[in-house]
Amino acid sequence: MAMKRIGVFICHCGRNIAGTVDVKRVAEEIGKREDVVLSTTYVFMCSQPGQKLIEDSVKKYNLDGVVVANCSPTLHEKTMRNAAARAGLNPYRVEIANIREWAAWPHEDNPEAATRKAIRIINATIEKLKANASLEPIEVPVIRRALVIGGGVAGMQAALDIADSGIETILVEKEPTIGGNMFRLSETFPTLDCPQCILTPKMNDVAGHPNIKLYTYSEVDDVEGFMGNFKVKIKKKATFVDWNKCTGCGECLRVCPAHADSEFDLKMAKRTSIYIANEQAVPLKALIDENSCIRLQFEKKVKEGKIKPKKNVKICSKCADVCEPNAIHFQNNEEIVEEEVGAIIVATGYEVMPAEAFPELGGKYPDVITSLQFERLLAPSGPTAGIPRRPSDGKVPESIAFVHCVGSRDPQNGVPYCSRICCMYTIKQAMLVKHAMHDAAVYDFYIDIRSNGKGYEEFYHRAKEEYGVNFIRGKVSKVYRVGDKYRVQGVDTLTGRIVEVDVDMVVLATAAKGSSTVKEIAKKLRIPYDEWGWLKETHLKLKPLETPVGGVYIAGAAQFIKDITDSVSQGSGAAAKVMALLSKPELEKEPLLAKVDPEICAGCGRCKDQCAYDAITIDPVRHVSVVNEALCEGCGACSANCPTTAIQVVNFKKGQVIRAVDVLAEVF
Amino acid sequence: MKYTIKKDPHEDERVQKIIEISGQNIFSCYQCGRCSSGCPMAEFMDVLPNQVFMFLQEGDVDTLLNAKTPWICAACFTCTVRCPVGLDLAAVMEAIRELQLRKNYDYVDPYKVDEREELPPIAMVSNFRKFTP
Repeated sequence: MAMKRIGVFICHCGRNIAGTVDVKRVAEEIGKREDVVLSTTYVFMCSQPGQKLIEDSVKKYNLDGVVVANCSPTLHEKTMRNAAARAGLNPYRVEIANIREWAAWPHEDNPEAATRKAIRIINATIEKLKANASLEPIEVPVIRRALVIGGGVAGMQAALDIADSGIETILVEKEPTIGGNMFRLSETFPTLDCPQCILTPKMNDVAGHPNIKLYTYSEVDDVEGFMGNFKVKIKKKATFVDWNKCTGCGECLRVCPAHADSEFDLKMAKRTSIYIANEQAVPLKALIDENSCIRLQFEKKVKEGKIKPKKNVKICSKCADVCEPNAIHFQNNEEIVEEEVGAIIVATGYEVMPAEAFPELGGKYPDVITSLQFERLLAPSGPTAGIPRRPSDGKVPESIAFVHCVGSRDPQNGVPYCSRICCMYTIKQAMLVKHAMHDAAVYDFYIDIRSNGKGYEEFYHRAKEEYGVNFIRGKVSKVYRVGDKYRVQGVDTLTGRIVEVDVDMVVLATAAKGSSTVKEIAKKLRIPYDEWGWLKETHLKLKPLETPVGGVYIAGAAQFIKDITDSVSQGSGAAAKVMALLSKPELEKEPLLAKVDPEICAGCGRCKDQCAYDAITIDPVRHVSVVNEALCEGCGACSANCPTTAIQVVNFKKGQVIRAVDVLAEVF
Repeated sequence: MKYTIKKDPHEDERVQKIIEISGQNIFSCYQCGRCSSGCPMAEFMDVLPNQVFMFLQEGDVDTLLNAKTPWICAACFTCTVRCPVGLDLAAVMEAIRELQLRKNYDYVDPYKVDEREELPPIAMVSNFRKFTP
C-alpha cells in the first residue's frame, strides 16, 4: 500500500524560493531517500513546461506518488493534481510542500536555515503522502432553482439575470415593496437620474417575470440542506388583507383614522395604519400595521382579557367598508411556505447609524437628521415634494450644514472603516439643495473627499465650481441650538482655526452598517459575518461573491457598503456564479471528508456537537455517527474532538498527521 | 483663533469683487497645495497661497487685506502654471492688492518725508498707497 516510487519536484519560483533556499542541495538531500525515485528542480513548476515535467515523469518513472515543493496549496494544488491526473495518477496522490511561504519568505536573512527547513517540510510531506488513499470525487444532485434574499437593486439584478437564463428564481423581501434603499433616494450620483425613472422599470420586470416568484413582506425562516439541495422555509408575514383581491386602489388609505411613522419615509412622515409602502410599490398592495390599527389593537386586548367589550359595540372597520373587492378581512394570515432551491444569493443590503447615536452633533434635535432621511425630503415623491422642510416647524431652511464621516473612520464612536458612499451622496444632496432652493447657503464639512469612481471627481468639481457649495475641511465637534438656529462648531484645518456657522438644518452622513436582520439570516445559512454586520466573503479579492458554505453567494451592500454601480455589478456577478452552479445536472465535490469507523465509534455525539455544517447524525439503531457526505466540508473539527479516533478526515488521518509532525519537530 | 461665517461666502461682496477683478472662480480651488509647495516666496509669507484661497472661500477678506502675502507675491506665475484646476493665482493676488489700493488710503504722507526732493519720484508714488511692511 505504502508508496515506493515517489517523485519530488522542487520549484525555484523565479528567485522567490531559489533566491533563499538552495534548491539543488534540497533536491540532492531528498534524492537520498529510498522511497524517492526522482528528485529534481525546475524554475516554474506552475508553467506549462513545469506541468509537462510532472506528466512525463509520472509516465517515465511509473511514479505512485508526487510531492511538489512550491507555494501555498491554495494557489497551485489543483494545477499540480490535474497535471498528474493527465498522466494517469490519482490526483489525491499529489501533495504540496509549501516551501515558499514557510521557508523561503520568512527566512530571507538566513538561507542555511531556510534550506534545512525546506528539506524538513518536504520530508514531512512525503511521510503524509505515503498513507494517502486514491479517491474519486463525490457527485451530488442539483435542484435547478435559486433563492435571492433581499429585493434591493443588487438582489433584483441577480434575480433578473438568473431568471433570464431560464432558471426559476424566488425573491424574498422583508419590506412590503421591493426596491430597497435605492428606491428611497431622491436622485443618484453622478448622473442625477432619479430611482423612480431607472428603478421602477426593473421592479416591474421582477414582478412580471415568468421565472420569478416574488415574496414581499416575507422573511427566510429556516434553511436546511446543502449546495444544490436547500430546503427553505419562508414566512409570509401577516398583512390582514387578501392580496389576491387587493387592487391597490388606495381608497382604504383615505378613510383610515389611525396613524404611525412611515417606514419608507424613515420617520420623516406619517402614514395611515392601513398603508401601501409608497405610490410606486411593487406589488401595489395594502397591508395593515397591527400595532397602530384601532380594530386590531382592540381585538388583541379583548383576546388578552384586558377589555371586556360591550354588546353591540361598533369597532372601526372604515377601510373594509370602502374596500370594493372585499380584500380586507382583519384575519392574521401569516403563513409559512416551503421552497426547494439549489443555490442562494444573500443581498440584504445596509443601514445607516441613527442620528440619535451622535448627541454631540445634535442628533437629539428634530432638525438634525441622517442623510438617508434627508433623501426623502429631497425626493420629488417624498413627504415635502422635493423642497426640504424642517421636521420641527415645516420651515424651508435657508442654510444647511452637511457633516461627513459621522461615525465613519472613527473606531472610538462608530466604525473603523470609510463608508464609501457618503462623500458622493453628500455632494449630490448639496447640489440638489441648490437645485431646489437656489439662495440657500450650503456648508459641507469634510475630512477628505473620496471620489473614486467613474465621473465622481468631476461631479465634486461641478459642485465646487458651478453650484456654490462651501466646502470646509475639518470635522465638526459639536452642534447646539442657538435660538431658532443650530450652531455648527467645526474647524478649518487648512487655515488652522475654528469655524462657526449658524444654520437652519444639519444633515449627518452617518456610518453604514450591515442590515440589522443579516445576523439572523447568516446564522440560518451558517455563513460568517463581522461585528459591523457585513457578510464575510471567501477571499476579499479573488472570491468576493462566495461564502465558505457551498452554494451560498453574497451580492451588493450585504458584503460591504457599496454604491449602486458596484451593487448592480455584484448582483450580476453572483447571478453568473449561480448559473454556473446550476448548469450541471450533478455537482462534483472534493472527497476529502470525514469518515466514521463504525467498529470503534461509541456514538457519544461529540462530533455532532462540533460540526458547523450539521453534517453528522447519530444512527439511532446502530448508535454510531453517520456523516452526510454532501454536507461535510472536511474541516476536521469532528476528528479533533473524537475521543476514540473513530471519525477521521480522509487523507488527514491521525497517523499521517502525527508522522508528519514528528518529522517537522525533530530537534535540529 | 475663531472665525464665524456670517453669510454664504458666495454672496460676499468683496469675494465677488476679487472674482470680478481676477476673472478667476476662486471656489474651484480644492486645496491640493501645489501652489504653496512650489512658490519661491512662500517661506517669507504669513499666509500660504493655498490658504489665501481657503480664506476667500470662507469669505474672510479682512485677514487677506491685513496679510503680507499679496505684497510678497512676486507674480512669477509658477503657481499659475502648476495649478491643476487652471486657476491664475497671480491674478487673484493682484486682485487682493487692487482691493487694498482702491481704498485710496495713503500710508505715507509725502510732506512728512525728509529729503523728498532727492528720492526718485516713482518710489514716492508707490509709497503713497503701497501697503508693504
